[in-house]
Amino acid sequence: MQRSLEIDPGKCTGCLQCEMACSYELEGAFNPAHSRIKVFTFHDEGRYVPYTCTQCDEAWCMQACPVDAIVLNPETGSKDIINDRCVGCKVCTIACPFGTVNYNTSSGKVIKCDLCGGDPQCVEACPTSAITYVDANATGLDRMRQWAAKTDTQPATA
Amino acid sequence: MAWTKKILRVNLTEGTVNAEPLNMEWAQEYLGQRGLATRYFVDEVDATVDALSPENKMIMATGPLTGTMASTGGRYSVICKSPLTGVMACSNSGGFIGAEIKNAGWDMVIFEGKSATPVYLHIENEKAELIPADDLWGKSVWETDELLHQKHQDPQLRIAAVGRSAEQGCLYAAIVNDLHRAAGRSGVGTVMASKNLKAVAVRGNLGVNASSMKDPARFMKEAAEQKKVLAENAVTGQGLPTYGTQVLMNVINELGALPTRNMKEVQFESAHDVSGEAMHEPRKSDGKTNLTTNGACFGCTIACGRISTVDKTHFSVADKPEYWGNSGGLEYEAAWALGPDTGVDDLDALTYVNFLCNEDGMDPISFGSTVAAAMELFEEGAITTETTGGIELKFGSAEALVAIAELTAKGEGFGQDIGMGSKRLCEKYSRPELSMTVKGQEFPAYDPRGIQGMGLAYATSNRGACHLRGYTVSSEVLGIPVKTDPLETDGKPDLVMAFQDATAAVDSAGLCIFTTFAWSLDNIAPQIDAACEGDWSVEKCAEVGARIWNLERDFNNRAGMTAADDTLPKRLLKDAAKVGPASGKVANLGDMLPKYYELRGWDAEGRLTDETRSRYGLPA
Repeated sequence: MQRSLEIDPGKCTGCLQCEMACSYELEGAFNPAHSRIKVFTFHDEGRYVPYTCTQCDEAWCMQACPVDAIVLNPETGSKDIINDRCVGCKVCTIACPFGTVNYNTSSGKVIKCDLCGGDPQCVEACPTSAITYVDANATGLDRMRQWAAKTDTQPATA
Repeated sequence: MAWTKKILRVNLTEGTVNAEPLNMEWAQEYLGQRGLATRYFVDEVDATVDALSPENKMIMATGPLTGTMASTGGRYSVICKSPLTGVMACSNSGGFIGAEIKNAGWDMVIFEGKSATPVYLHIENEKAELIPADDLWGKSVWETDELLHQKHQDPQLRIAAVGRSAEQGCLYAAIVNDLHRAAGRSGVGTVMASKNLKAVAVRGNLGVNASSMKDPARFMKEAAEQKKVLAENAVTGQGLPTYGTQVLMNVINELGALPTRNMKEVQFESAHDVSGEAMHEPRKSDGKTNLTTNGACFGCTIACGRISTVDKTHFSVADKPEYWGNSGGLEYEAAWALGPDTGVDDLDALTYVNFLCNEDGMDPISFGSTVAAAMELFEEGAITTETTGGIELKFGSAEALVAIAELTAKGEGFGQDIGMGSKRLCEKYSRPELSMTVKGQEFPAYDPRGIQGMGLAYATSNRGACHLRGYTVSSEVLGIPVKTDPLETDGKPDLVMAFQDATAAVDSAGLCIFTTFAWSLDNIAPQIDAACEGDWSVEKCAEVGARIWNLERDFNNRAGMTAADDTLPKRLLKDAAKVGPASGKVANLGDMLPKYYELRGWDAEGRLTDETRSRYGLPA
């Protein structure tokens, strides 16, 4: 069963544990600047929103790459960067409509979320379950449950 | 690496910035942050220095766990000599800039001298430069934050700044970072402004490299396990995320330990109206609650921070749409100082004034307590509307509180007097006994008549009246780690000393003291040990804490403080509580102080004995 990252901004506190877990897994350092998942703070509104790659089916980044350095991982559905092939041309960063592929000046390659090969560390690190890893065919399940709970099951009376 | 092993020295007189290696011998003795910066400070600064002279220095220091995945590992402290107390100032803050300094590759930044004209420090990894800030001088912290983000075209820049109160000489000015987090107490912002340093803007993308930690795999395991402990604890897992520190308002009131109307009383009849619970109640005008959400500092899995709004129809902001959005809301100490201590029960007024304290960098505890003293002076006739510029400064007046806050934030009119702090204000108007201070610093929100251990903690705190130097409330009220009777003095000297030492170690690691509702050094030392070179047992951490405490004390003695300064206002020592569980009690400091000195290894004058000095290897 393929899984997807499910993000519930309402639960996020903006602590950045996810960013540290991500950079630790992929860069060997606690370094939010190189995290593939980013938490955005909307100060005036009092909201925190984690955001990362949704692993598009027809991935623009993959289509745009001139050297086939972005490939589908059939196990997880993630689109992964092959570092040996990436030439740092950054076309994918332009092609991605969501901004979730980014260039890393220290490696000369691009970076994006690869779902940690099926064990996303941001999910492990999140203290409030704002980021979960759920059945890719039922990412709406949690919200459906919330609405289901509000459904009036008492028979209508005249 | 746990330590980056690099410090940045900024000479504001010369306009130079230089990198230096961190003294790793001292790091083994003082760990980091509060402890290590104090070691540098006492080495470099004469204790008798005028706090507002160029000879005073100011250190912004991170700990070895700052910037790591250890929960709450995002703290930094500001160390200098305080203009409010004349002794050691050490103010701790969360938010994000501490971790950013670390991510830029620096353990600490030492500021010395004084710039001829306003400047700010811009740090981008190893590159640091002083940049003219003439255009920022006269601006609030919030304006400064916005202008610097615009100027550098960098939304991820982390900024700490001083506001107009600091520029105008308010003696309890704070350094505010990330808009609503503050190194709040003892006037560290006043010192920063005295150096013509308006802001520190930091961007770091070097990160804290796990491969150079002592044992990164063990660190990750420890950090994850200890996060579970926080999540499963009732205070850190539920109470603090839901209500913030404001969870305490009703608890402390019921205990008869909520100082009210300049500490004349110990219970506030309207405590509920300004409590954490009230922040969750829908208001009449728009059906929204004061609290929007809880927010975390860097790496914190507790997330006690309050993100709040003021009711748009409230008199304080009705014609000021710039205050209609969300910002940092009330935590307990601020809510108490602005509320019960002034007798004001208007949650929106308190929230607005809290916004102003963040916007212009004022310690809300000292500000609120000073207003409370001014209200008593007013009601006693020692000052009049002529003094206050027409403000009817009566206990319970939200209008007066708001008006005074607006003046003090900008250093205008009677706000200049309020900016002096309670001690100097009451002296100026010839009623020194009305100042509720220790060593010139205003009290926080626990009346020592109802929580006896706190009386000793206040009297002996190395930065004047303060709850964050030895929070025996944990034991005396919440039963952490063991319940002690808040009305008894027996055993309190030991308890206070243990809390003081452990706190110094926690601060110096770069962690938040709020973890200690769930964690003891047994939970913390293994995380330090996995991250840091050397052997960091529980015993060593406690010893480092005691060493730091004695080092701070020694500096304070050299600065001229004596045993006579380890005392409380007469009101708390002589006037018994009239209501509540502590009814009939005064603060029995005299029962505890001699024993405390003995336990500390100090003489009757409160000075370190030679034996104590050599025991901790302190400088002669």
